[in-house]
Amino acid sequence: MKVIIIDDEPLARSIVKEYLQNVQDAQLVAECSDGFEGLKAIQQQQPDLIFLDVQMPKINGFEMLELIENPPAVIFTTAFDEYAIKAFELNAVDYLLKPFSKNRFEKAVQKYLNQQNNSAAVERTIETAAESPSQQNRVVVKDGNKIKIIPVHQIHFLEAADDYVKIVSNDGSFLKKRTMSFFEKSLAQFQFVRVHRSFLVNTQLITRIDAYEKDSHLLLLTTGEKIPVSKSGYSKLKEVLGI
Amino acid sequence: MKSILSDKRLRIFFSAWWLLCIALQFFILKQIDVESTHAVEDSLVSIILLASGSFFISNNMKYYLPRKEKYWYILIISIAVGFFWFLAQRGMMWMILKDGDPYIAFIRSTALIRFGAGFLLLSSMSMFSLMWYGQQEYKELANRKTETEQLSKEAELFKLRRQFQPHFLFNSLNSISALIGSDPEKARHMIYQLSDFLRGTLKKDEQQWIALEEEIQYLQLYLEIEKVRFGHRLQTEIAVAEEALQFKLPALILQPVVENAIKFGLYDTTGDVMIKLQAEVENNNLNISVCNPFDPETAHPSKGTGFGLRSIKRRLFLLFARNDLLKTSIENKQFITTIIIPQTLQVEQKPVNEKERK
Repeated sequence: MKVIIIDDEPLARSIVKEYLQNVQDAQLVAECSDGFEGLKAIQQQQPDLIFLDVQMPKINGFEMLELIENPPAVIFTTAFDEYAIKAFELNAVDYLLKPFSKNRFEKAVQKYLNQQNNSAAVERTIETAAESPSQQNRVVVKDGNKIKIIPVHQIHFLEAADDYVKIVSNDGSFLKKRTMSFFEKSLAQFQFVRVHRSFLVNTQLITRIDAYEKDSHLLLLTTGEKIPVSKSGYSKLKEVLGI
Repeated sequence: MKSILSDKRLRIFFSAWWLLCIALQFFILKQIDVESTHAVEDSLVSIILLASGSFFISNNMKYYLPRKEKYWYILIISIAVGFFWFLAQRGMMWMILKDGDPYIAFIRSTALIRFGAGFLLLSSMSMFSLMWYGQQEYKELANRKTETEQLSKEAELFKLRRQFQPHFLFNSLNSISALIGSDPEKARHMIYQLSDFLRGTLKKDEQQWIALEEEIQYLQLYLEIEKVRFGHRLQTEIAVAEEALQFKLPALILQPVVENAIKFGLYDTTGDVMIKLQAEVENNNLNISVCNPFDPETAHPSKGTGFGLRSIKRRLFLLFARNDLLKTSIENKQFITTIIIPQTLQVEQKPVNEKERK
C-alpha cells in the first residue's frame, strides 16, 4: 500500500509518519508540503491512500483533489473547519481532527482497508465540498503543466464539452473534468445561472437579452460573447435578475 | 417616525370615514327638513374643517407624543381645536349664506349640538392617533432593542472566538503531540509557551492599554509557537525604536494585524515567509507597520482594505473616531499594513483605571 502525506506543517507530517510505522504494508512514498508538490507526487507515484490537510498554501486540499483525474482514497487531517467537516463527513474514507490519537488513526486506516473500492466516494466528496460555503471564490484548473487559479469574477461563462467543462475567462479558456451540475451548484452563490443545458453564465456580465426564435433568447455579454438561452433557462435567469 | 397617513389602508379608511360623516350629517339635516343646498353646504364645510382639525392633531403627535398626562392632553387639545373648528365653521357659513338667511338662525340654535359632535369626533380621532403613534414607537423601540442585542451578542461571540482561536490552538496541540514522540523536551517547552500565551489572552480585555514593550513580548510568544508549527518556512524580524517601547496601544489591536500577515504570508505563497514588524514614533503617534509577502496574481489586496483588516479598522474608528489610522500599501510583492496609535486618549484614561483598580 503506497501512501503520501500532504500537509504544510512539518510536525503534522511527522506524527502521521510516526503512526504509519506500525501499519503493516504501508509504504510512505512521498511527503509534500503543499498542493502543488502533492499533485506532482500523486501523478508520479500513483498512491493508494493519501493523508491530506485542508488548509494549505495557494490551493487547498479540496482544490488539489479536483485536479486529479482518478483520485486515490483520501483521509483528511484538519484542525478545525466546521464547514468542510460537514461537507465531507459522509463521503471521505475518514477525517482525522487534529490532534488525533494513534487509536483513532489506526481506525481510519482500518476503515480504508475495509472499503477498497472508493474512488466513487472521493468523487462524491469533491461534489459535496463544492456546495460548502467555505469554498473559495476561485476555480483551480490545470493549464498544460501549470496550475492556474481563476478568480470567479473573471469567468465569462462555462460550456459543456463531452466529459469536460470549458471555462471561458479573461485569460482564455480552460478545460476541467467536472460536470455542469457541479459548477452549477458551486457557482450559484456568485450569481452564475444555467441558462441552457450546455451553458452556465456569469450574470454580472450580461449587457443585453434579445428574443431569438420561438421560446428562446440570446444573451450578449460585456465581453462580446453571445450565449443561447433555453425556455427553462430564461425563467431561471429572470428569477436571479429579479425581472 | 412614520406618519399615520403613510399606511395605504388607513388612508382609505379615513377617507371612507369622513365621507360617511358628510353623508350622515346631510341626511340628519334632510330629516329635519333643511333644504338640500343648505344641507350640502353645511355638511361639506363642517366635516372638511373637522377632518383638517383631526389631521392637525394627529400630525402634531407625530412630532410630540405626550408621555405623562396623555389623556388630559387629548381632552384639552380636542376642546381647543374643537373651539377653533366651531368658529371657523361658523365663519365659513356666514360667508356662504346671504344676510338675513333664516338658516343663520338655525345654525345659532344648534351651536351646542355642533360643538358636542365636533368634540366627540376630534377626541376619538386624537385617541386613535395617540394609540397608533404609541404603538409605532413601541415597535421601533423593540426593533432597536433586538438589533442592539444582536450586535452585542455577535460582538461577544467574535471576542470569544478571537480569544480562543481554535485553529491555532488545535494545530499547536497537534505539534506538541508530534514533538512528544521525537523531542519531549521541546514539547514541554512548547506547552509552557502555549500556556503563557493563552493566559495572556484571557487576561486582556479590549479597554486596556498596554506598553508596546509588553505587547511585543507577548507577540514573541505567539511567533515562537507559530515557528515551531511551520518550521523554517516562517521567519520574523522585529525592529522597534528605543523611544517607542514605552508608548502605549490598546490591547488586541496589534496581534490580529500580525496574525493576518502570517496567515496571508503562509497561505498565499509557497516559499519561505519573512514577517517584518517595525515600530517608531512620529509626531507623538506610535506607528507600527507589519510587512508580509504575497502573490499579486492571486490576491486582491487592492479591494478596499481587504485581507480581513476591516474589523481592526472598525475598532480603531470606535476608539479614536478616525478612519485614517489603518493604512495598507504594496511594495514589490510585499503587503504592508500600518497602524497609527495616537497617544492622546490613554493619557486621560490610564490614571483613572489605575485608581479604580486599587
